[in-house]
Amino acid sequence: MDKLLMVHDPRGYPPKVTGKGLAARHASLDGRLVYLVDCLFDNSAAFMEQLRGWFAAHLPAVVTRIITPRESWEDDPDMRARIVADGAAAILGVGL
Amino acid sequence: MALEASGVPSVAVHTNVFARLARASALANGMPRARQAFVPQPVVDRTPAQLRGYIEGTDPVSKRPFMQEVIDGLTGELTAEDLKGVSFDRSTPRLLAPDAEDNLQKLFVDNNWTDFLPVVLPTEERVERMLKGTRHPPDKVVGRLRPARFREFWEFTVEKVAVNAVMAGARPEYFPVILALAGSGQTARASSTTSFATISVVNGPIRREIGMDAGIGVLGPYNHANATIGRAFALLSQNLQGGSVPGESYLGSLGNWYAYTAAFPENEERSPWEPLHVQHGFKPADSTVSVFFGGWYTQSGYGPRETWKEKFIRCLTAAEHHIPPLIVLDPIAARGFVELGFDKKRNLINWCAENARLPAREYWDNQWIQTLVRPLAVTGVEPYASRLKARPDEAVQMFLPEDINIIVAGGETQGAWKMFGGSLRKDATVSVDAWR
Repeated sequence: MDKLLMVHDPRGYPPKVTGKGLAARHASLDGRLVYLVDCLFDNSAAFMEQLRGWFAAHLPAVVTRIITPRESWEDDPDMRARIVADGAAAILGVGL
Repeated sequence: MALEASGVPSVAVHTNVFARLARASALANGMPRARQAFVPQPVVDRTPAQLRGYIEGTDPVSKRPFMQEVIDGLTGELTAEDLKGVSFDRSTPRLLAPDAEDNLQKLFVDNNWTDFLPVVLPTEERVERMLKGTRHPPDKVVGRLRPARFREFWEFTVEKVAVNAVMAGARPEYFPVILALAGSGQTARASSTTSFATISVVNGPIRREIGMDAGIGVLGPYNHANATIGRAFALLSQNLQGGSVPGESYLGSLGNWYAYTAAFPENEERSPWEPLHVQHGFKPADSTVSVFFGGWYTQSGYGPRETWKEKFIRCLTAAEHHIPPLIVLDPIAARGFVELGFDKKRNLINWCAENARLPAREYWDNQWIQTLVRPLAVTGVEPYASRLKARPDEAVQMFLPEDINIIVAGGETQGAWKMFGGSLRKDATVSVDAWR
């Protein structure tokens, strides 16, 4: 029989995961402001323009506004505060 | 997810190849029901009409209309699961269940804990021996790593670093260098789609103390310390940050051979210039390691010969626009530049920065310049704002002098040089002495 070895686990220590709930949804987006968050990836601005166009054509009662963070891949608390202040919802995207 | 936590219903849009990654991130944030919608890959280079086609088409993951996913994600009733999220503890054990060597080797491979080359199993005895390479206690926290900015940090101790150093085949005397790399805050296993690796440069007395070789074959598999230090950094990065699994925590499209191992010492004794760590404020007697992220491109040449300027300009302007070169010169090549009047390393760096220029239209027609630099230019940050104002045919500078680094290494069998994509992040030159 092969000799049994006791070896270390090579993994680090992950943080404990604490559950977070989703925000309450509105029944409809009509008459509400939806932020389209251009995350600044190459061509995401063009994607968001097309998304805005889709809303205008198909759900014109929804108000959309494109917004961008200060830098790519960086949290922008000021931008988030603006969305929280008057946004009913947000669509974020899009990478690669 | 921060917006959800602030009370704003949100949908994140990704391309379909990121589906596993996006779900894993949501789960790790305790919000596995975060609403996500997917469009086909790629978005880059698609025309407005093609992007509109994505929007009016089908989500390739859910197979439902894309906009239906988006609208449903932002409206309607939430379930109890949506409201609660998921809490769980993912603690990892110190030791694994005893098993035969072959079974353990298979376990390590199956769990993606290796680089698919054989590893030295980290037995208690071997880890104990590795720990003698430092005065720091096994339970001291060394740092935190993560594969990407949007992932959670994992923490690790001296002992956990020792485990990975053993796996890489390193010796205890190398351990302070490996601890310094682990504590640098840089990961050698970033999940970037661009497939970058890290290249580590060791300076100071530690190089000779542990038998690193800066001479013949310095960048190849010809020295035990060079080879295993680089491999240890790679293994510890993937295991201590929570993995580097394709599609889940690694998205590099092509991957990178430098990711197996890439560490070497500067040949300070044969260099005509001051060494890298002294350029960054350390004393010559200090021992340091510097972590470059890069390894995208490699170009090479010999000399400097009569037409070296033309060759250098071709190589510099062929470099990825957002990734400055790490230039490695054999001592013969370095002395050749001194004979041409570059008596200081800084002078050659300045020449490179001044002469690496592209027409503005070409400079800005780059995915990463658009993604990373353009937002800064638009808000007026210099020198990017001036580059954005340049006429399309106007030559703009690609790199600043502080972006470019030169290292002298090699065995003087040839006046060779190489240029690697290699960016030295701020504070990425760290003390090895602190980890002795």
